[in-house]
Amino acid sequence: MSFYRALLHLYPKSFRAEYGAEMCAVFARELKSAGSTARAGLLARALVDTLVNAARVHADITRQDLRYAVRSLRRTPGFTATAVIVAALGIGATTATFSVADHVLLRPLPFSQPDRLVKLWQTQASRGYSRLEPSPPNYLDWQQMATSFEGLAAYRGTAATLLGNGEPERIAGQRVTGSAFTLLGRSAALGRTLVESDIASEQNPIVISDQLWRRRFAADPNVLGRTMALDDATAVIIGVMPPGFVFPDRRESDYWRPLRFDARNSDDDRNNNYLSVIARLKPGVTFEQARSEMQVIGDQLQQRFPKELAGMGASAFRWRDEVRADSRLLLWALVGASLCLLSIACTNLANLMLARALARRGELAVRAAVGASVDRLVRQMLTDSLLLAGAGGMLGVVLAVASAPLVVRMVPSSLPISEMPPLDLRVLLAAALLTLLTGIVFGVLPALKVCRTADGSALKESARGGQARGTERLRSTLVVAQIVASVVLVVSAGLLIQALMTVRAVDPGFTTANVLTLRTWLPTPKYELSSTRERFYQQVLGEVHALPGVTRAAYISFLPMTMRGGIWPILTTTEDPGSPGGFVAPDPSDQRSASLRFVTPGFFDAVGTPVLQGRDVSGSDARDTQRVAVVSQSFARGHFPGQNPIGRQFAVAFAVRTIVGVVGDIRVRGLERESEPQVYLPASQQIDGQLSFYAPKDLVIKSLVPPLTLAPAVRAIVGRADSRQPIVDLQTLDAVVSLDTAPRVAQLRVVGAFTTAALLLAAIGIHGLLAFTVSARTREIGVRIALGAKPVDILRIVVGRSAGLSVIGVVIGAALAYAAARAMQSLLAGVEPGDAAVFASAVALALLMTLAGSILPAWRAVQVDPLTATRAD
Amino acid sequence: MSPAEPRPESFLPLPPAVFHILMALADDDRHGYGIIQEVLARTSGEVRLSPGTLYRSIQRMLDDDLIVEKHERPAPELDDERRRYYGITRFGKAVAEAEASRLTDLVKLARASGFVPRKA
Repeated sequence: MSFYRALLHLYPKSFRAEYGAEMCAVFARELKSAGSTARAGLLARALVDTLVNAARVHADITRQDLRYAVRSLRRTPGFTATAVIVAALGIGATTATFSVADHVLLRPLPFSQPDRLVKLWQTQASRGYSRLEPSPPNYLDWQQMATSFEGLAAYRGTAATLLGNGEPERIAGQRVTGSAFTLLGRSAALGRTLVESDIASEQNPIVISDQLWRRRFAADPNVLGRTMALDDATAVIIGVMPPGFVFPDRRESDYWRPLRFDARNSDDDRNNNYLSVIARLKPGVTFEQARSEMQVIGDQLQQRFPKELAGMGASAFRWRDEVRADSRLLLWALVGASLCLLSIACTNLANLMLARALARRGELAVRAAVGASVDRLVRQMLTDSLLLAGAGGMLGVVLAVASAPLVVRMVPSSLPISEMPPLDLRVLLAAALLTLLTGIVFGVLPALKVCRTADGSALKESARGGQARGTERLRSTLVVAQIVASVVLVVSAGLLIQALMTVRAVDPGFTTANVLTLRTWLPTPKYELSSTRERFYQQVLGEVHALPGVTRAAYISFLPMTMRGGIWPILTTTEDPGSPGGFVAPDPSDQRSASLRFVTPGFFDAVGTPVLQGRDVSGSDARDTQRVAVVSQSFARGHFPGQNPIGRQFAVAFAVRTIVGVVGDIRVRGLERESEPQVYLPASQQIDGQLSFYAPKDLVIKSLVPPLTLAPAVRAIVGRADSRQPIVDLQTLDAVVSLDTAPRVAQLRVVGAFTTAALLLAAIGIHGLLAFTVSARTREIGVRIALGAKPVDILRIVVGRSAGLSVIGVVIGAALAYAAARAMQSLLAGVEPGDAAVFASAVALALLMTLAGSILPAWRAVQVDPLTATRAD
Repeated sequence: MSPAEPRPESFLPLPPAVFHILMALADDDRHGYGIIQEVLARTSGEVRLSPGTLYRSIQRMLDDDLIVEKHERPAPELDDERRRYYGITRFGKAVAEAEASRLTDLVKLARASGFVPRKA
């Protein structure tokens, strides 16, 4: 019998209370009438019977509660809409940040056995570089020496102009070694991927992306074997990758071609660092073992090539971890911020539900009086809150999908994943869990609070009784929690604003006003010779200069803050064919280097960088004249301290250069990073076949008119110079600099939106609490007024209450905010986590919010008519 | 103000357990175990309601006003105070009649289709 009694616990409590005893009695009689042999069968049947019917009774009750909840929520559309929106805000924000964090930080990479994939880097501890691209000779040595890996593969980014079939189009792609696709464990959707034998193949094979296949080949299933005219070659399509395939990072790659090493392109130079290298761990080899092996290999190579590899090591990193530490921190900070918002939303909803439950006490009392048990009432209220949370959750998912692009922009990632986080079962499940959690968290407290005494007695009490005081305490705690969370968010947003302002205040070393920039690709082999390029520059620059409003125009290798690399060691002028770069390095411990750019005359004028000494490069610097260089102020100071740098010589990039000018420093690596000193060489002195990567391709045009109005004319000019020349990245220099701070701006927008929502919710919370307090204490206030209290005294009571709460909230909030700020210090661009101005503004905002929330209830309190208030009883 | 009374037809088709319970209560009020026994007897042992099915149905039928709990009880020596007695309501009768009529119509159709052997 005890077995059956235990089984009955599967039924809802109310059902059990109603029918449990009778059911036991019935079962007891059945048990008695069954013989001892039939007993086991009867027990088994009872088990099945209970499981099936208990589930049905639960479903019946839920259906009833849902019907009831929908009816009662419909009657209060204002409340329902507010609650749904508040829930949607919390759930939406958390779902959006979770989906991005999950996408970038948690999910396995889309390759077979992704946890066994590692990236290999050269290191240079003395200069704090943990990830330097390896050079081809080092890669080849690693491949031979390492025993921890099933295989290694190298790749590098490239681009080509796709000709034929309409407009020429610049497409980005990769050069990969033959083992790359095998190593990733991914095969083609159509045809095959590249293999080792393709590397030496004369056929020039190419694998294309699904996107390119659809865009340029109309998804032709017979595309295999067709040729593709690229600017430097004609390639034969051998495969199409499946949709969604991303490799190596989320910059779109439209094609993959074999990577060949060529001594002519200085691929035998150990300092020609441009490769990315991935490897797959052998089964049974741990990541740590592989890492130590790479370190040993790095040391061995350094011993073998002490000159070339001075201070250079090697190391391995899990590919999954190739997310910058600050991006990682940023994402977790965002998840924290969204959880803050969610908790505010929950406390706010709890307060709303509590107020609603109190308003419905009469109705609940009636239900209790006609026999509804406490657990039925709690269950009904939970159904209400879950229904609201469910509606909020659905709206929240819509919000999350809509806001994901904004969140994604904050996370520069170098992972082989698609840019947008997918809205899949995993994310939806997380959203559903959040919704459930939200519904329970904000529903259960009010339900218990109201219904614990719902047997009738307390429900029949008036709002003035002890019940109201207890409820008010609970609501006050909830309001304090909201203030705490909003102070944390306000301080975080304030610090991020400060950080953005600090970064924006950094002088980039050039002026961005009215400068148009664009890139012409000048593909090889057509533009391999610098004389061909010179002709192109002359024609384009000549015509651009003639445009009305244009004051200066010039070409440069890469704009500041784009293609940030191009760092070269600075050598002495002593020749040594055996040493890297052809010249003797100053001292093995002297690791100084400089950023290198080729320019045409007038670049500094165009971007407003001052020529401090000497001259700009000029038209008279030719291939047969002295090799000259213009250097930045920091370069001159660093290498020739206290001396006149003009006329001094140094070697860089295979030649001795004589300094002819000194210009102001430019932040080539962006506003937030220290930049190396800069060296500028005249484009006209670039040697054919050397440093072709550095051939000037970026055009800058300074004008007196809004720069983008020049775009059509400039396009026409480039078209006249070379009709097969695509133009890319047409933008203002202002936009280039803005792009540098774009992640910060996006991050600020998200946290700002969270903060605004939080402040608004907290103000609503305070308003709700005070309105409740005032209405509950109407009689007391009336009596006070009747006894001669002045409006000021009444105001003191009401506002004093909210001020008290906000002081508690602000104090706790400030302490937590400081802790949060310490944790995200590396995102603050040097702004102190305890920045006084920010904390003062946060406190002021919190107090202002309290005041805003108090105005209406305070006004109502002052307006209380003592006669009506005292008569009410 | 009471909500508009539902039409008996809106309950059709009735779940078999509910129809059996209504039939068992047609001529007399009964307690739970009594209903089980009556259904057993009427169906010659073919249908045995389990306690779960019985009381879940009773709960719904009370909610739907098909049956009521009776407060007149038998003589104390024949009674067990844990037992509750249920009786059919007028509305319950109407619903049972509507179901019977539905089933009769169905059988007529089946007969017309030759699925029911005609009486000799």
